[in-house]
Amino acid sequence: MIRADHIIKSFDGRTVLNDVSIRFETGKTNLIIGRSGSGKTVLLKTLVGLHAPDQGAVWYDDVNFTQLGFRERKAIRKDIGMIFQGGALLDSSTVEENVKLPLDLFTEQSEAEKMERVNFCLQRVRLDNANKLYPAELSGGMIKRVAIARAIVLNPRYLFCDEPNSGLDPQTSIVIDNLIHEITREYNITTIINTHDMNSVMEIGEKIVYIHQGYKWWEGSKDDILHADNPELNDFVFASAMAKRAKSSVMK
Amino acid sequence: MFHVFEKIGLYFILMGKVFSRPEKPMIYRQRIIREMEALGLDSIGLTAIISIFIGAVITLQMSINLDSPFIPQTLIGYATRETMILEFSSTVVALILAGKVGSSIASEIGTMRITEQIDALEIMGVNSASYLILPKIIAAVFFFPFLTILSILIGIFGGWMIAALTGIMIPADYLDGLLLDFRPYSITYSLIKTSVFAYIITSISAFFGYYAKGNSLEVGAASTRAVVVSSVVIMIFNLILTQILLI
Repeated sequence: MIRADHIIKSFDGRTVLNDVSIRFETGKTNLIIGRSGSGKTVLLKTLVGLHAPDQGAVWYDDVNFTQLGFRERKAIRKDIGMIFQGGALLDSSTVEENVKLPLDLFTEQSEAEKMERVNFCLQRVRLDNANKLYPAELSGGMIKRVAIARAIVLNPRYLFCDEPNSGLDPQTSIVIDNLIHEITREYNITTIINTHDMNSVMEIGEKIVYIHQGYKWWEGSKDDILHADNPELNDFVFASAMAKRAKSSVMK
Repeated sequence: MFHVFEKIGLYFILMGKVFSRPEKPMIYRQRIIREMEALGLDSIGLTAIISIFIGAVITLQMSINLDSPFIPQTLIGYATRETMILEFSSTVVALILAGKVGSSIASEIGTMRITEQIDALEIMGVNSASYLILPKIIAAVFFFPFLTILSILIGIFGGWMIAALTGIMIPADYLDGLLLDFRPYSITYSLIKTSVFAYIITSISAFFGYYAKGNSLEVGAASTRAVVVSSVVIMIFNLILTQILLI
């Protein structure tokens, strides 16, 4: 479980997050949605400790993560996996080296054991025969899959994804969504996904939090979202004519 | 002015992170070897080409300017040797490497910053400053002195070659001049300067890359600033080190 407790965050006097409190459940795919500039990426980065909140705290189970120093956070960081928008793979390292890096840094495993784990994770994300390729040689979908493999290589308890579908075609997006959802269930991870892809919301959103102008505006499940009467949420989620038609047909 | 002090403060905070205890020394050893190849071995060609031509030009200029029956021609070899050892192979080569290596480091780390690769390392619990920058500093501080020695030897050879090819002076006189009043301490002085300059180039360039923000234009600007600031700091330290070590 991860809990944001009355988070306030400002940049240059502009408040980006305003008294945000959310509880993200273990074993569920939690989605943060919102317009561009609504503060969802800042919220995600505050949750993982890349931004320090001005007020409030982030709790990982019973530990107040905000109060920990760099060395104390390290223990929790080994339990965190993160998938960045662009993948954030190290350009100068091969796929295999990227996935192996956390093992090199934080385990005392032999080279054979590490390679066994790397190959397992790459097969888990259905990426075979790519070990020796560099990130520049991969497609967008493959980069995301390597990023997922790297994120799960240390068996994390918490998985963060910042717009995992951005730049991907609809089919590949569904593959990535399902992969994240499966992994969340399989390893009982607390997964938090930052997205504005409505397919993801409807496919895998077990808990959805809508952020609007720095406030937590709405929260519920993918079933609740269809019946929500929040005008800002409806404007955002059902922005296209097709989505509006889909909603009205479901409501009928 | 306040901005400058803020930058200097940030630089020292970054260096504090860079020199904190490494996570796993074995990983750093592999990275140092890679960096020696990228920063050092790949600079041999440029250093050699520049040194051979500069050595030849110094010899030509000396022979033109010292063309007098009262001045022994051995002084041309002597002057070429001293110029190469005391100034060219350490300071001028460092300035050239500030352009080549410095911009490469700033743009590499800057790109890693804007593509969130550094954030990814931080989230993994890695001290990204130490992991990325320390191997570069160690590799340059230990490898650049070899480039200096190479530059001295090639530059002196360039001087001899031009003497032999053009007949502007007797090559034997040039060789006699090379042995004239030789002080091994000059080499020590040159190597100390090179190591300090290597630290300046890598740490300042890494600093500008590490704090790059925005997009690829900003990375380019950070790379340019890294080269300019490194070059200015090299010139300041050249003066300070010469005062301390030679006077």
